Amino acid sequence: MPLAVEFAQVEFGYLPGQPVLHDVDLQIEAGEFVALAGPNGGGKTTLLRLTLGLERPTRGDVRLFGEPADSFRDRAGLGYLAQRTNLGVQAPATVREVVAAGRCARKPFGRFARSDDDAIEEAIERVGLGELRNRPLTRLSGGQQQRAFIAKALAAEPRLLALDEPTTGVDVESQEALAELLARLHRELGVTILYVSHEFGAIEHVVERLVLVRERIVFDGSPAALPELWHDPSHAHA
Amino acid sequence: MLDLEFMRLAFAAGAIVGVVAPVVGFFLVQRQMSLIGDGIGHVAFAGVAAGYLIGVSPVWTALAAAIIGAVGIEWLRAHKQAAGDQALALVFYTGIAGGVVLISAAGALNANLFSYLFGSILTVTRRDLFTIALLGLGSLVVVAVLLRALLAVSIDEEGARVAGLPVPVLNAVISMLAALTIGISMRIVGILLIAALMVLPVIAAQRIAWSLRSTMGLSIVVGLASVLAGLTVSYYGDLPPGGTIVLAATGFFLASSATELIRARL
Repeated sequence: MPLAVEFAQVEFGYLPGQPVLHDVDLQIEAGEFVALAGPNGGGKTTLLRLTLGLERPTRGDVRLFGEPADSFRDRAGLGYLAQRTNLGVQAPATVREVVAAGRCARKPFGRFARSDDDAIEEAIERVGLGELRNRPLTRLSGGQQQRAFIAKALAAEPRLLALDEPTTGVDVESQEALAELLARLHRELGVTILYVSHEFGAIEHVVERLVLVRERIVFDGSPAALPELWHDPSHAHA
Repeated sequence: MLDLEFMRLAFAAGAIVGVVAPVVGFFLVQRQMSLIGDGIGHVAFAGVAAGYLIGVSPVWTALAAAIIGAVGIEWLRAHKQAAGDQALALVFYTGIAGGVVLISAAGALNANLFSYLFGSILTVTRRDLFTIALLGLGSLVVVAVLLRALLAVSIDEEGARVAGLPVPVLNAVISMLAALTIGISMRIVGILLIAALMVLPVIAAQRIAWSLRSTMGLSIVVGLASVLAGLTVSYYGDLPPGGTIVLAATGFFLASSATELIRARL
């Protein structure tokens, strides 16, 4: 079985001669739950964008489930929660409408089949928003909105779930609830999860592996191996 | 009023425009590109002027110019040659400047030009109605087929890109539909005011709607009602229909804002 994510000697910069990531070697097995952490501007979001094929490495090779990331074919199998909590639309989109947009990756045109509707409903139930399925997102709390976006990512039944700073603008209680939800989804679905955040206090007890990024990978291992440096990853390489 | 054939033609064409404009405008508003219709409209003005200059029907030259303008805006945005509003400004000002130069060269600063800019209830012919019906229906079919993908891109463009949806193509489709809408609407609403009919019904509807689906449905109702009310006032008041239609849409926007305010206080 191929690795879920594989970086080999990767270098990347948005401008020539100014790399934001260099010498990145990383292997993530299918089914792992990994936190990518580090200071702002350290390159962790860039690393995620390279993983998803949204950027091409300047040097080196990025592979996703054995295929080059930028030409990966089963893109519907990638669930992605972008680095923002706001909807792209100004109109009042309901939870179900937002989650259905996630299923669109599997069936972009024509009518949804029964299996598509079932997948949407299951995703809504999994994140505990069944009672609120017809409520506009604008009338939900920040934590509930995050759960709706996670359901959107789950609706396509992904192999990889990538979350970029999912706790931005969410209170501590909701951060804890989100961590528990992700741990449960990981247990129940066996999906590979990449969780990118500069604040990972809430997730520390549920992830199996922590990767600290500051232009290069400065730590890669169990969170338990780095307790005293937990809240300041920039010290990890000192 | 409906005893007169030109009014029947105006109402029939207006009803089609009243439905199509908000449906296309829905996606422009959601992409925060509400002013793209204005930009394309001003390029269409250059097209009208070019039609006068070379002796071809201004309707067709305006439609061709609108499509070129739409493609230009989308290309500038997609290739990051300019931010969305800068791309719009570039096309907007080039269009109006080109229009003024060409219309002056053609010596066509007259009342007929006024009807293209602000609409006229006297100018819709049977042939126009056939073209408007054909292109309008075609636009609605395209939206119906692509609806779910277009909504997915509106809700989360980056997520749609990751999921492999053809985002640049879908964005280009919306811009092309905006150009077509301007082309079919210029006889009724006029190229300088059609953008308002694409946007105002949508922003009126989303103040009182409860879902994306209801927003689109209410937008169509407001668009249709604005056109019918505006044409009626235009007939009895001897006023340009573009102005009366857009003012009717503004009235609906104020009414929906008041409804929202009252609902919030209850």
